[in-house]
Amino acid sequence: MAVIDPANHGLRLATRYAVLVLVAAIFVLPLLFMVMSSLKPTDQLLNDTSSLRAFLPVGDISLQNYYDAFARAPIGLFVFNSILVTVGTVSLSLLLCSLAAFSFTFLKWRGKGLLLSVTLATLIIPFETIAIPLLLLVSKLPWIGLEGFRIGWLNSYHVQIIPWIADALTIFLFVQYFKDLPEELVEAARVAGASWWQVYVRIIMPLSGPVIATGAILKSLKMYNEQYLWPLIVVQQESYRPIMVGLGYFFQLQVAWGEVMAYLSLITVPVLVFYLMLQRAFIASIASTGVKG
Amino acid sequence: MARSRLTESNAAGWGFALPAFALVATFIILPFFFAFAFSLTNQRLISPNPTEYVGFQNYRNLLGLGLLRIAPVRDDAGEIVRDANGAPKYPRVRTFTRNNPDYPQYQGMREWFGWRSGDDRVVVLARDVIFMKALVNTLIFVAVVAPVQGGLALVLALLINQKLRGINVFRTIYFMPVVVSIVVVSLLWRFIYDGNDGLLNNIIGALTFGLFEPRDWLGDPGTALGAIIAMSIWQAVGFHMVIWLSGLQTIPPTLYEVARIEGANAWQTFRYVTWPGLRNTAILVLIVITMQAFAIFAQIDVMTNGGPLDSTQTLVFQAVERGYGKQDISGGSVISVILFLIVLSISLLQRWLTRERH
Amino acid sequence: MKSKVLFAGAVSVIFANAAPAQTELTMWYHGAGNEVESRLINQIVDDFNASQSDWAVAIQSFPQESYNDSVVAAALAGDLPDIIDVDGPVMPNWAWSGYMQPLPIDEAAYADFLPGPRGVWDGKLYSIGLWDAAVALYARQSTIDALGLRVPTLDNPWSEDEFMAALDAAKASGDFEYALDLGMAWTGEWYPYAFSPFLQSFGGDIVDRSTYKTAEGVLNGDAAIAFGEWWQNLFQGGYAPGTSQDPADRDRGFIEGKYAFGWNGNWAAVAHMAEVDDMLFLPAPDFGNGSTIGAASWQFGISASSEHPDGAAAFIEFALDDKYLAAFSDGIGLIPSTPSAAAMTENYKAGGPLEVFFGLSEAQAVLRPVTPGYVVAAKVFEKALADIANGADVADTLDAAVDEINADIERNGGYGH
Repeated sequence: MAVIDPANHGLRLATRYAVLVLVAAIFVLPLLFMVMSSLKPTDQLLNDTSSLRAFLPVGDISLQNYYDAFARAPIGLFVFNSILVTVGTVSLSLLLCSLAAFSFTFLKWRGKGLLLSVTLATLIIPFETIAIPLLLLVSKLPWIGLEGFRIGWLNSYHVQIIPWIADALTIFLFVQYFKDLPEELVEAARVAGASWWQVYVRIIMPLSGPVIATGAILKSLKMYNEQYLWPLIVVQQESYRPIMVGLGYFFQLQVAWGEVMAYLSLITVPVLVFYLMLQRAFIASIASTGVKG
Repeated sequence: MARSRLTESNAAGWGFALPAFALVATFIILPFFFAFAFSLTNQRLISPNPTEYVGFQNYRNLLGLGLLRIAPVRDDAGEIVRDANGAPKYPRVRTFTRNNPDYPQYQGMREWFGWRSGDDRVVVLARDVIFMKALVNTLIFVAVVAPVQGGLALVLALLINQKLRGINVFRTIYFMPVVVSIVVVSLLWRFIYDGNDGLLNNIIGALTFGLFEPRDWLGDPGTALGAIIAMSIWQAVGFHMVIWLSGLQTIPPTLYEVARIEGANAWQTFRYVTWPGLRNTAILVLIVITMQAFAIFAQIDVMTNGGPLDSTQTLVFQAVERGYGKQDISGGSVISVILFLIVLSISLLQRWLTRERH
Repeated sequence: MKSKVLFAGAVSVIFANAAPAQTELTMWYHGAGNEVESRLINQIVDDFNASQSDWAVAIQSFPQESYNDSVVAAALAGDLPDIIDVDGPVMPNWAWSGYMQPLPIDEAAYADFLPGPRGVWDGKLYSIGLWDAAVALYARQSTIDALGLRVPTLDNPWSEDEFMAALDAAKASGDFEYALDLGMAWTGEWYPYAFSPFLQSFGGDIVDRSTYKTAEGVLNGDAAIAFGEWWQNLFQGGYAPGTSQDPADRDRGFIEGKYAFGWNGNWAAVAHMAEVDDMLFLPAPDFGNGSTIGAASWQFGISASSEHPDGAAAFIEFALDDKYLAAFSDGIGLIPSTPSAAAMTENYKAGGPLEVFFGLSEAQAVLRPVTPGYVVAAKVFEKALADIANGADVADTLDAAVDEINADIERNGGYGH
């Protein structure tokens, strides 16, 4: 360790980079395959999977699959719906979950321990296993909207948003983060006469940038990427369908894989671009909330 | 710690927590209780027949087990009949489990697994073999994914924690699959695992100069679950890498200084400096991966539908298959309740094992 | 549903072709993502709405693979449309469950229809289809000649021995990756639709059709076990690609010469003829109890909750016009339900390239078991066939399938039979 041999050092550096690049290839290649395939006619796409051509923009390259995909399904509408549902759910979730976590962490009240335990226990209920009872429930709930009063939440945006707002993971993230904030801040503010609401708005929230970012990222990924079963059973009108349900439009008996790849790229690339633009924030915020177990 | 009176406030406490808790109670807890109630009835998804309370019958149908010892077939002279390899021949299990008045308790059961014991064959029978396989597969999935994904994530975090020019680019790339939908990932990997001209076969073939015999990764009961495990890890490992990375960065650099001065090698440094500093992170990573792994569904739904030969059946997949596909809500709900109880016990156990000792 | 009626007025302002006096009828269809199909169905709807002033149909299309789930969910939630589109073998389940009502149209309107498109349950017509589908053994004349085989006919189909000899010859020639493509990549309804006729030809069935109360003896009897062993040998013997077949090979494999024979539907025939100039569509082999194929495809019916069954029936009767039957046939290659419509089509008219399918459908088609239990039995059957193909023990697998089907029938109180 004492003497560094320059040649040896160079070699080690090269090895390190080689390892890093190799691992990177494992992560990138499948996504590269998706994007490259979306530019090829289906026949060629399938033949290319037997060689490195799968990852290269070679052969008959065009945007034809994209034109065909847009002709087959209202992709813009699906993406809009997914984004709307995502933004609606995430913003309400951050507000209500942080409020609850604030109460769980800083306030002392009867029944708190029980409520927190029950809430956290719901972490282990997979959504798929309660989907049917939930469907029966929302189909009976009343709603007052612009069009007046009606029974049943089906065929709407709110049926895709409201049941997803509060979740144990987001509350848990906030609780973990709040625990590490200095309690003296809260006490000092209270002594100075601030209300709990003021403490929440003026003191705690301004300090919570990282956990808000993490919660927003995790929840957005879930809402944008994973909403399939629920909208499938509660939304019958095309005008409310999100992207994952739209995927079904491309699986006819004869699957046009070129168009499938184009659709997958269209719904994935926006998230990837968003991620690449904000990757520092993504990683930094997840890191900062994960520190303390 | 004793809290001051300033933090005591029943009205405000309830008021702040109630909106979120009411939503959790309405949209998660209440439906779960419905599911539990269904599991005690013969409720169908949709049916003109009235629903009846059946007690724990659904649970017995799911969990029923039996043990059967089968004597080998003997010829008229009392000698054991053997096949060409000298293995004894046994009567088929179906002769005991189908309409055999001597074994009413085994009616309708099937062989789950069995072994030789002396000349006899011992067979474990299950009332619902598919459920048992789904249970075992799910446990295998969790038992492999939790440590391997956690471990690989740590290795990646250590790789990324090096002070090298451009390291952030690699960090960004390793995290990338996390932001891609698991459904999209599963569709892509079907091409990669394809048995004839899939990418994986071609890449391994090229690396071994054609020595490698192409495999049908998802079509072979021996490799299908492993293939899905590998893909699931690929998709999620970046997330846990970041969590580890944050843990690594909280370890004071001075500790590494000391280790270097003491002459510790790389392994010793990891063992005595890095790992102890990661304890809390490890607990978090393990718990999160375990919870996610128990819920495995989308990969199975897109890639294998539980096949081949039930080698990729999982609990959530079976719950959905029965509840929707076979219109049997009560059957699906029983699985949901059992899954909940299993995960609850495991997380209580994990909490007890990792409790802070004062 | 209530709000939809209230809204009819507002909607009609937006959709100019719906006069305010028309009552809105909602309709669901399984063709989302299929442009040709959407255009055809929309044409019928537009024509109907313009043809009279009482009713205005508003259509909502769904992706086919999740269509049934959407309907069942809506039925649970009490939110079905007036007119629904239903896959023939699924209809008895929906009718029995109480979310379809009998179709009040005159028998004269479908007197000349093929048997497949008539959806009859419990002695009453619940649904009716504009088309049927049929399956045939795809082959090339050149392959038949090269292997020195006889061309089977409807009157004289291949026997099991002839069929296996043909597969052996194809396998021995070394010209093909596999002798036969069964389409194992198409999971779901394809399995019972395409393969249960083989079982019937062996002498077995999915359930005992004399009572519909049990599968014992028909799905695990000697005939069924003989079928199962033949079936397993197709895969273990290397004749056919198994369950992990790439869907793309299913679409392109025969055309590219990977497979000598293909077991495929008439909907794929046009695409094959475009690229293979000596296509033959042969009847199913006879395994001892006749040469049979499956019948029934998508059909139209009325939901139980519809408040306007007369309007819905008027639409369905309107759609049964030969010109629409012919248009669907020309557009997506389906078999029109009547001989007169067949005569109007490109492919099924006398001397047309797919005329043979009309004959197959007329002569060989057997409905899948007409029972509400079919929905579950079909899934059980599909899994059993996949497991046997993958090497599971034949008798044990069929026993397990019987037990599961019987348990389901029992849990449903015999499904009203």
